[in-house]
Amino acid sequence: MDKNSSLAISNPHQIPMNISQKLGLILGLIGVLILTLATFNIHAEPKSWFAIGSILLIITGATVYARSTYLRHPAGIKNNHVYFKTLSNRGVLGWAIGIVLTLFYVLLYWFPSYLGLGVDGASNTGLIVVFDRLSHFFKGQPANQWFVYGTLYTLAILSLGIKFMYKYRHNRYQLIRTIVVILSQLFLAYLIPEILEGLNTERPYFAKDIKNMWPLNYYFFEPWHLDSMRNGGTLGMFYLVAGIFMFLVFTPIITYFAGKRWYCSWVCGCGGLAETAGDPFRHLSSKKLSAWKLERWLIHAVLLFIIIVTSAVLYGYFTGNGEIFGLSIYNNFSKPYGFLIGAMFSGVIGVGFYPVLGSRVWCRFGCPLAGYMGLIQRFKSKFRITTNGGQCISCGNCSTYCEQGIDVRAYAQKGENIVRASCVGCGICSAVCPRGVLKLENGPEKGRINSKEILLGNDVDLMELLNK
Amino acid sequence: MEHIVIIGNGISGVTAARHIRKNSNYRITIISGETNYFFSRTALMYVFMGHMKFEHTQPYENWFWSKNNIDLKLGWVTQIHTNTKSLSFADGSVINYDKLILATGSKPNKFGWPGQDLNGVLGMYHKQDLESLEELAPNNNICKRAVIVGGGLIGIELAEMLLSRHIPVTFLVRESSFWNGVIPEQESNMINEHILEHHIDLRLSSNLKEIISDENGNVKSIIIAETGEEIPCNVVGLTAGVSPNIEFVKHSNIETDNGILVNEFLETNCKDVYAIGDCAQQRKAIGQRRTIEAVWYTGRMMGETVAQTICGNRRAYKPGHWFNSAKFLDIEYQTYGWVFSEHNKKDDEVHFQWRHPSEKICITIAYHKKNRKFLGINTFGIRLRHEIFDRWLTDEVNVEFVLEHLIDANFDPEFYKHYEQDIVEKFNTDNNTNIKTKKKSWKRIFSLNA
Ligand SMILES: Cc1cc2nc3c(=O)[nH]c(=O)nc-3n(C[C@H](O)[C@H](O)[C@H](O)COP(=O)(O)OP(=O)(O)OC[C@H]3O[C@@H](n4cnc5c(N)ncnc54)[C@H](O)[C@@H]3O)c2cc1C
Ligand code: SF4
Ligand code: SF4
Repeated sequence: MDKNSSLAISNPHQIPMNISQKLGLILGLIGVLILTLATFNIHAEPKSWFAIGSILLIITGATVYARSTYLRHPAGIKNNHVYFKTLSNRGVLGWAIGIVLTLFYVLLYWFPSYLGLGVDGASNTGLIVVFDRLSHFFKGQPANQWFVYGTLYTLAILSLGIKFMYKYRHNRYQLIRTIVVILSQLFLAYLIPEILEGLNTERPYFAKDIKNMWPLNYYFFEPWHLDSMRNGGTLGMFYLVAGIFMFLVFTPIITYFAGKRWYCSWVCGCGGLAETAGDPFRHLSSKKLSAWKLERWLIHAVLLFIIIVTSAVLYGYFTGNGEIFGLSIYNNFSKPYGFLIGAMFSGVIGVGFYPVLGSRVWCRFGCPLAGYMGLIQRFKSKFRITTNGGQCISCGNCSTYCEQGIDVRAYAQKGENIVRASCVGCGICSAVCPRGVLKLENGPEKGRINSKEILLGNDVDLMELLNK
Repeated sequence: MEHIVIIGNGISGVTAARHIRKNSNYRITIISGETNYFFSRTALMYVFMGHMKFEHTQPYENWFWSKNNIDLKLGWVTQIHTNTKSLSFADGSVINYDKLILATGSKPNKFGWPGQDLNGVLGMYHKQDLESLEELAPNNNICKRAVIVGGGLIGIELAEMLLSRHIPVTFLVRESSFWNGVIPEQESNMINEHILEHHIDLRLSSNLKEIISDENGNVKSIIIAETGEEIPCNVVGLTAGVSPNIEFVKHSNIETDNGILVNEFLETNCKDVYAIGDCAQQRKAIGQRRTIEAVWYTGRMMGETVAQTICGNRRAYKPGHWFNSAKFLDIEYQTYGWVFSEHNKKDDEVHFQWRHPSEKICITIAYHKKNRKFLGINTFGIRLRHEIFDRWLTDEVNVEFVLEHLIDANFDPEFYKHYEQDIVEKFNTDNNTNIKTKKKSWKRIFSLNA
C-alpha cells in the first residue's frame, strides 16, 4: 500500500447531497459564474445589478449550504471524509482550484488588463467594469483591479466565514474569533478605507487599513508613501503616527499579553482568509521536522530582508540619495522585495497554493510581521497552549489540523506546554482534540515553558525524581 | 552490550524503549507483527472516518528510530525460550535477548457465539481489523446494516465509524443502559439519548444469541437472545471488551493467568522477563485498580517504570491517582479519582450530580458520606484540569472545597460558558449549604508548579 494514501484508496463513500445543500451550492455557483463570464467579457445588463446580485448569491448560497450541511447533525467536530474528498485531499478539484487561483493572482499583479482594467484612459471592461458603479458609490471613480480584489476578498471572508461558524457552532472561541475577523476585514480593511478614500479624493493615495502595518505593509516607508501621508492632512499624519505606533508599541504590548493570535487569527486579512476560505485546506500543511527547519530559516530571512530594504529606503529618503553602497535603492532593494515577497510569496504562493500546501504558507514561512510577533510570543509573552497533564492519547488530530504545521502532539504527549513562535492561536488543535488536552490561555510567565520527563499520573516520587 | 528486546510496538513497549534509550546505551530491538512503526491505536477510528491518513497516527517520523538507535523488527514471535534467552519467529528466524519486555497488548473478546468466525465478523483492535472493515463496510451499498455487540468504549467508536459511511447501525448492549456498570445512571441516560440522536438503533438489555451465515459463509443476520428477533446485516462488530494477547506466551515457562502475571516491579516469574501494558496482570491489585488495566495511560506509565528498573534503578509500579477520558460521539468525558456507578459503589460513596437543562453537559462528584472527603469527579461536556484534581486528591480536600474552587479546574476553551454558579447552587439546594464560588486564581492554579 502506498504510504501516502489512507487505507481507503479513493473516496469509498460519496455522500449524496440533499436538496437544500444542492440549492445552496447552485446559488453560490451562479454567483461565481456571473463573475467568471464577466471576466471573459460576457455581461448582462445592468452590470452593476449583476455585480450586486452575484455577491448576494454567493453569500446566500454559502449560508444555505452551510446550514443544511451542519445543522442536520448534532453540533461537534465535522471532519468526516476530509481525506477522501477531491477538494480537500489534493485531488483533481483541489489542483484545479489551485491553478485557477494562481492564474488569477498572476493576472492581478502583472496583467490586470486581462481582468478588464482600462489602460491609458480607456474605460474598464471584463471583470473590473462590473464593479465600476460600486467604486463610484464609494469614491467617485471607476474601479481598478485592487478595488475588485478587495471586494472579492471581503466577500470570500464573509461568506466562507459564515460557513465556518456553522461548522464550529458549538465552540464559542471559534464563533467570537470568526465574527471579529469578518468584521475587521469588512470595516477596517474594506469599508473604512474605501469611504475615507472617497472623502479625500483630492489627496494622494496612502494605505488606510490601520491594522495592515509595517512590515506586512512593506511600502509603508517608501518615499512616495511617506510623502503621501505627509501631504495627506490630518488624516495622513494620523496614519503616519498610528502606523509607527502600531508596530512599535501596540503590537509588542498586546502580543505580550495575548500572543500573536490577537493579530494573526483575529484581525489580519491574510489570516482571516486562511481561517475562513482556507479552512478546508488547513490540514495540508507539512508537519515534518524538515518543514519546521525551513520555516525558521525562511521567515526570519524575510524579516531581515524587509529590515534591510526599509533601512536602505529610509536612508535614501532622509539623505536624498538614490543609492546606498553603490547599489540602487529602488532596483536592488524595494523592487525585488515587492516582486519576490510582496507579490510572488504572499499572493501567488500564499493563496494560490491553498489546496496544495495548506492555507498558511505565507503566514508560516514568509510574513515578516508574523516573524516579529513570533519572536515576542516565543520569548516574552503570557500566551501558551497548556497541555492537560497526562490525558493525551497521541491520536494526532491536533497535529493534523494545525495549519501552521506545528507537531502539537509531540508536546502534548510529553505533557509539555506548546510555546511556539509560529502558533497563530487559531484554537483548532484544542477544538479537534477528542480528550480535552489543549487550552489556549494567557497566564503567568512563570512555568509557561515546561519540559517533563515523566508524565502526570505516574508514581509521584518517580515524577519528582526525574523531572527535577 | 546488553540486548533489550521488546515484543510489541504499542504505547507501553515504545515508551519503555524511549526511556531506556534516554538512560542507557543498551542495544534495543522492538518487535511487532502488526506494523513496522508505532502508531496510535486510539486513532484508528479517525482514519476510517477520513479525519486523518494512517501516517498521521504515527507519533514519530520514520527516521526517529534509527536516529535513536532503536532497531525495529517486523514479525510474529511464536515461542519464548527463557532457558536459552531466545525467541523464535513464525518465519523460522531466532533472536537472543538479555532482557525481555512483553508488551503484546490485547485482543478482542469472543465468547463462543455460534457464527463468530464467519466472514463479516470482526473486532476493532488491530490495524488489520481496520483493513477488513474498509473491505467489508466501505459504504452503505456494500454494507446495508452493521450490528455491534458490546456497549463499551470501542463499541461506540465503531458505531461512529460506521455512521460516517452512512451505514445503519444496530447496537446491542447487554446492560440496561449504556455503560452503566461504570458510569452513574444520569450520565448513562444522557449518552443513551445522544446515541439515539445520532440515529443509532440502540438495543439495551440485549445479548447476541448467534450469527447466521448465508450460503457462502458470509454474515446474513444475527439473532437477539432475549427476543429471538432476527436482524439482517452484513457486518458484525464484536466489541465486548478485550483480553490479554498472550496465546504464544502460554507455551513458555512464563506464568500466566488471564494476563502475564507480574509483581509490583513488573517482573514475571522468569528472570529478566518483564510484562507491561494491556497484557500484564498484577498479582495483587494496586488500590482500587483492576489487576489488568487495558488503557493507554497505564501502558505508558508501566513503560516509564520498567525502563527505570532495566536501567538499574529498580522501581515498583506505583501509579498515582486514577484518571481517564473518552469521547462518546460528540460528548467528551473525563474522570479524575474514583466515581463508581450505582451498581458498584460502596455505601459510603455519595454522589452530587448536576445536569444542564438542555445541553448534553453533566457532572458527578463523589465524596465520602461521613468525612466528606472528595473521592472523584466525572465530567461530560466540560473539560477539567488534570493537575488541579491530582493535587486535590493528594491533599484529600473535602467536597465543599472542590465546589468553592471549581473554576480553577475549568479547562474549557476561552469564552465558553461557565457553569460553576449553577453547579454550586444545585449543591446548596440539595444539601442545605451556603457555599460561595471563588474567583479564578492563577496563583492557586499554578502553585502546583512552584
Ligand atoms: C479502537 C480503540 C480505541 C481505544 N481508545 C482508548 C482511549 O481512548 N483511551 C485509552 O486509555 N485507551 C484506549 N484504548 C486502549 C489502548 O489503545 C490500549 O490500552 C493500548 O494501546 C495498549 O497498549 P500496549 O502497548 O499494551 O499494546 P498494543 O498497543 O496492543 O501493542 C501490542 C503490539 O504487540 C504486537 N504483538 C502481540 N503479540 C505479538 C507477537 N507474538 N509477535 C509480534 N508482535 C506481537 C501486537 O500486534 C501489537 O502491535 C483503545 C483501544 C482501541 C482498540
Ligand atoms: S498550535 Fe493550535 S492554535 Fe496554534 S496554530 Fe496550530 S492549531 Fe492553531
Ligand atoms: S488531539 Fe489531543 S489526544 Fe490527540 S494527540 Fe493531540 S493532544 Fe493528544
